[in-house]
Amino acid sequence: MNATLSYPVRPGSIREAVPTVDQVTIEERAADFTKRSIKTSAKLAGLKMVVSMMDLTTLEGKDTPGRIAYLCRKALRPIEAKYEVPSCGAVCVYPNMVRHARRFLGDGSPVRVASVATGFPSGQYPLRTKLEETRRATGDGADEIDMVMDRGAFLAGDHGRVSDEIGAIKGACGEAHLKVILETGELVTYDNVRLASQLAMEAGADFIKTSTGKVQPAATLPVTLVMLEAIRDYFFATGVRIGMKPAGGIRTAKQSLAYLVMVKETLGDDWLTPELFRIGASTLLNDVLMQIVKTVEGNYQSGDYFSLS
Amino acid sequence: MSERRLDVRKTYKLYIGGNFVRSESGRCLPARSPSGQLLDNFSQASRKDLRDAVAAARAAGEGWAKRSPYLRGQILYRAAEMLENRASAMTEEIVRSTGVAAAQARAEVNLAIDRLVYFAGWTDKFTQVFGAVNPVATSHFNFTIPEPTGVVAVLAPDEPSLLALVSLAAPVILTGNSAVVIASERFPLPALSLAEIVATSDLPGGVINILAGKRGGLLAHIAGHLDINAVVNAVAGAETHQALRSGAAINLKRYAARNLSAEDWFTDAGQDPYWIGDTVDYKTVWHPIGL
Repeated sequence: MNATLSYPVRPGSIREAVPTVDQVTIEERAADFTKRSIKTSAKLAGLKMVVSMMDLTTLEGKDTPGRIAYLCRKALRPIEAKYEVPSCGAVCVYPNMVRHARRFLGDGSPVRVASVATGFPSGQYPLRTKLEETRRATGDGADEIDMVMDRGAFLAGDHGRVSDEIGAIKGACGEAHLKVILETGELVTYDNVRLASQLAMEAGADFIKTSTGKVQPAATLPVTLVMLEAIRDYFFATGVRIGMKPAGGIRTAKQSLAYLVMVKETLGDDWLTPELFRIGASTLLNDVLMQIVKTVEGNYQSGDYFSLS
Repeated sequence: MSERRLDVRKTYKLYIGGNFVRSESGRCLPARSPSGQLLDNFSQASRKDLRDAVAAARAAGEGWAKRSPYLRGQILYRAAEMLENRASAMTEEIVRSTGVAAAQARAEVNLAIDRLVYFAGWTDKFTQVFGAVNPVATSHFNFTIPEPTGVVAVLAPDEPSLLALVSLAAPVILTGNSAVVIASERFPLPALSLAEIVATSDLPGGVINILAGKRGGLLAHIAGHLDINAVVNAVAGAETHQALRSGAAINLKRYAARNLSAEDWFTDAGQDPYWIGDTVDYKTVWHPIGL
């Protein structure tokens, strides 16, 4: 399988065990998912599912407790009750904002609290502080930790270090779910994405996630497809279901439906649940809500009647 | 080599967001001369093209309204210059589309250019003329200023196909609005040619969008679209009027009817500065003084 690789592969290494990715095929197949026609009731059901899978995100230096409160309110009830839209899967915030989010949502909220951690977005910090950050976030009430993989170590070929670090963070998470952000925009090739996915899953990730949203390109359909196929093969090999979270760059309802189609056709209905599929986004929700209202009411909507973000 | 050359028929495209696009529906219609001869084809705008045009207009509107009034005037004047430069081609387009005499078509083009120049001059004057300083009994400085209302749908009448469109759209966009124009249904080619001229002026893409085709299918969607802030309708007929007005109530769209006959557009009635006031919002400010 690796006979065509242009770089040397150490026998017995993980690089040898992970299949390569055909760029042309994967991009063509991914583009195909955008061509499904999803209308009326199927569209409405799909859009509501998207909302339930959304990690409503704010990751900015200017985040305040007030803004977090606003985000939590929006996640709990995205729009007035008559449209029967579920609450979002989670809010995703910086570690310092976790306690505010937890306070506003209370315990046992349908909306989970996710925190980025481990030196987001670069990951270029010592392991000791990364562990401390993770413990603080879970101690403050985070249900989910979105850690950033150490891309520097990965690209330098130090896969053991990447793996050990993910394992250590998983240990620090305790009950909290661990999502590992690969930052695919910095991994250069699909082969690297596939390899990083494998590393993260084997090291204990509950979810693998494409991007921080701070690097372009962020989530794309082909890169997500590579990761979904890694999840599929890992499931066939081990029987363990790993979750997937594309994040960054998904801004329109139409795009989000293409992702659902891709998940369904790659992994099947089992993955079409917030437990195993999430979309990380900050501006997507309003477009989805506008499309839901448009589908129900029949006329085109205006941003004037939806919240600013 | 054969004596006879094959016809190279053009398919005129819609003008949306500064780009020339085929209809989202993929449909085209033939444009015929009054004698029934096939002239060219043009894209038939669907409701989704309207949706795209409104989105493009909304995106362009904010930046356009922020340009200085002087600059907006310069840009409209530039559009007049570009039309002047291609006046003979536009005259020919009107002649072959409508069958009028060349002299009359040329007069229509000249008047359209003059109207653009006229309204270009209003960009830095309408605030003073339509605004006011209001006398109030309290210790306030009270003033009213007109501001652009946002996205305006403009329905041009069948004729005159160029002049009416220009006379309707110019007072809309000069204040900082962006426009989605539904061109003459019978003679769409002059409007679509105008789009090609406007595209080479300095008018930012999306400030004016031009759609063509059967307007009947678009009326309900224009009326119900919540992101359209005003409708200027110059198409006669109670049904059109009714269809537009009924939906306009949903989001309190401004609705302005222009009841002009084809001949009226060539008179002063077709150049009314008070039309500017139909697509602005008046903001009144109470500013405390003398405390």
